[in-house]
Amino acid sequence: MSNLATNDDPRDNLFLVAMKSPSFVIGLILTLMFSTGAVVSFFWTPFDVTVLDIANKLKGPSDIHWFGTDHFGRDMFSMILVGARTSIAVAFIAVGIGMVIGVPLGLAAAAKTGSMIDELIMRTNDLVLAFPALLIAILITAVYGASATNAIIAIGIFNIPVFARLTRGAALSLWTREFVLAARVAGKGATRISVEHILPNILNLLIVQSTIQFSLGILAEAGLSYVGLGVQPPLPSWGRMLADAQTMISFAPHMALLPGMAIILTVLGLNLMGDGLRDVFDPKLRRNRT
Amino acid sequence: MLVFILKRMISLLLTLVAASVVIFFVIEVVPGDPASFMMGFEASEEAIEALREQLGLNAPLWERYISWISGLLQGDFGTSYTYKVPISDLIGDRIWISLPLAFYALALSMLIAFPVGVIAAAKRNSAADVSIMGATQLGIAIPNFWFAMILVLFFAIQNHWFSAGGFPGWDDGFWVGMKGLTLPAISLALPQASILARVMRSSLLDTLDEDYVRTARAKGLSRRQALWRHALRNAMIPVLTIIGLQFSFLMAGSVIIEKVFFLPGIGSLVFLGITQRDLIVVKSVVMLLVFAVILVTFLVDIAYAFVDPRLRKGR
Repeated sequence: MSNLATNDDPRDNLFLVAMKSPSFVIGLILTLMFSTGAVVSFFWTPFDVTVLDIANKLKGPSDIHWFGTDHFGRDMFSMILVGARTSIAVAFIAVGIGMVIGVPLGLAAAAKTGSMIDELIMRTNDLVLAFPALLIAILITAVYGASATNAIIAIGIFNIPVFARLTRGAALSLWTREFVLAARVAGKGATRISVEHILPNILNLLIVQSTIQFSLGILAEAGLSYVGLGVQPPLPSWGRMLADAQTMISFAPHMALLPGMAIILTVLGLNLMGDGLRDVFDPKLRRNRT
Repeated sequence: MLVFILKRMISLLLTLVAASVVIFFVIEVVPGDPASFMMGFEASEEAIEALREQLGLNAPLWERYISWISGLLQGDFGTSYTYKVPISDLIGDRIWISLPLAFYALALSMLIAFPVGVIAAAKRNSAADVSIMGATQLGIAIPNFWFAMILVLFFAIQNHWFSAGGFPGWDDGFWVGMKGLTLPAISLALPQASILARVMRSSLLDTLDEDYVRTARAKGLSRRQALWRHALRNAMIPVLTIIGLQFSFLMAGSVIIEKVFFLPGIGSLVFLGITQRDLIVVKSVVMLLVFAVILVTFLVDIAYAFVDPRLRKGR
């Protein structure tokens, strides 16, 4: 699409427009910071997070241990880096599941609006949305065992109806537009129109929504790990670090404060970036809301 | 109106049936044999068989489902495998913690969100608006269980104003019980209040753009009068939806918050069931919570139709 646009088309410089929005810039910096941390943790961490060093347990932040150590003497900074990897991976795959399944369902429902397929998809959506998400995630991980995979599935399932509904709603209004009519006259089938004409036009919406779902996924993963139903030890995760910190909070508050800040800043970053992107994609909204 | 309510009731029933089937399958069918799951690896064949018999697992699937549902309809949630007492007794004791907690948190979140959202909308783009929006952005990003820990650190450990956990019960009077629920309610309310304030603000901004508000201004009302008399009431409709939805979050959120504060509520009952592999407890309690959520959604839908006649035809 972009190679057809002329140079003065503002969409061509979408990134430059976005960079003028302070919330987008702050969000981008925070998101880049944590994703860089996650990537770096694959190659290097200041200390090995699987090695216990009881002699140096519960130390506050210092030159050697920037964020202090936990009750096993593990380096908190290293654990937060690896925890970023865990959180981001779980949330990313969960959003992926939601998009890969939800978007085609939404497109299909919109293409055959009013049909049995549409009804079936939308009613199933309503059903899933009627469940308290976290409760069912707890149920799934409890019955099928606590693991990263089950946490991903549990969070991912609830992303499906979100994307299906959003896609259907946006696609429905596009189906009445002239360019779709033109494509139909040209003899294109519903599937081709959905993929070639509808999908590119709702991509913006999907990107904004996925940043929001991403941040919700990070919160959900932290919650599940906190109650012991997420990623299992020895792999560190932010939620699990908070669970460990709870009993130590009176004499080692840094154990609770730092992983908490990591969660907050990541989620905040994603939300700010989503807000900024929405403003850029929809200038009308920008005029109204700010 | 009657047709609308009837339609919604049918869809309520269908949702409940579908939800119960899903819960039943997740717990009883997919993980293999519930009896051996509950007894653990070291159980003998005979013990497992005895439990199968006791739980009625040898009956066909649909028969088990029907007997579970008809039991639920008569208020019989089954008997806890670990405690050997009716689950309804377990729930009865605990509901008087979880329900007041959910309502307390909901009340707090509305109490904070309404004025804050109205101020932000009325003074759009002012310093107050910008800082309110920033604060709510932060409120949404804070995990409530982490906030709970910080509250405990400050209010219970550093200053002994509140207890760090547990519940004193209602026997010592209403205010003692409410005080015991205050920190949990605040931590549950924070993210909810942030979301609600943002919805309040944007909904009010939308209605302030409406023609009838312009008319009200044209006939000589001040901005403030137009806001209070005309915009606010109409802005409440989307806010109502969110309040209904929040009930669902409060239920699920309280599962974790009850764990932070060691509150013996419905949520901790789910965890007890999970850690003791008492699937009967887990199944029935989760069904109860899902029922509560679906019922609230239904009531909100009906409430709408009363408030806004346009919605009766909308669906």
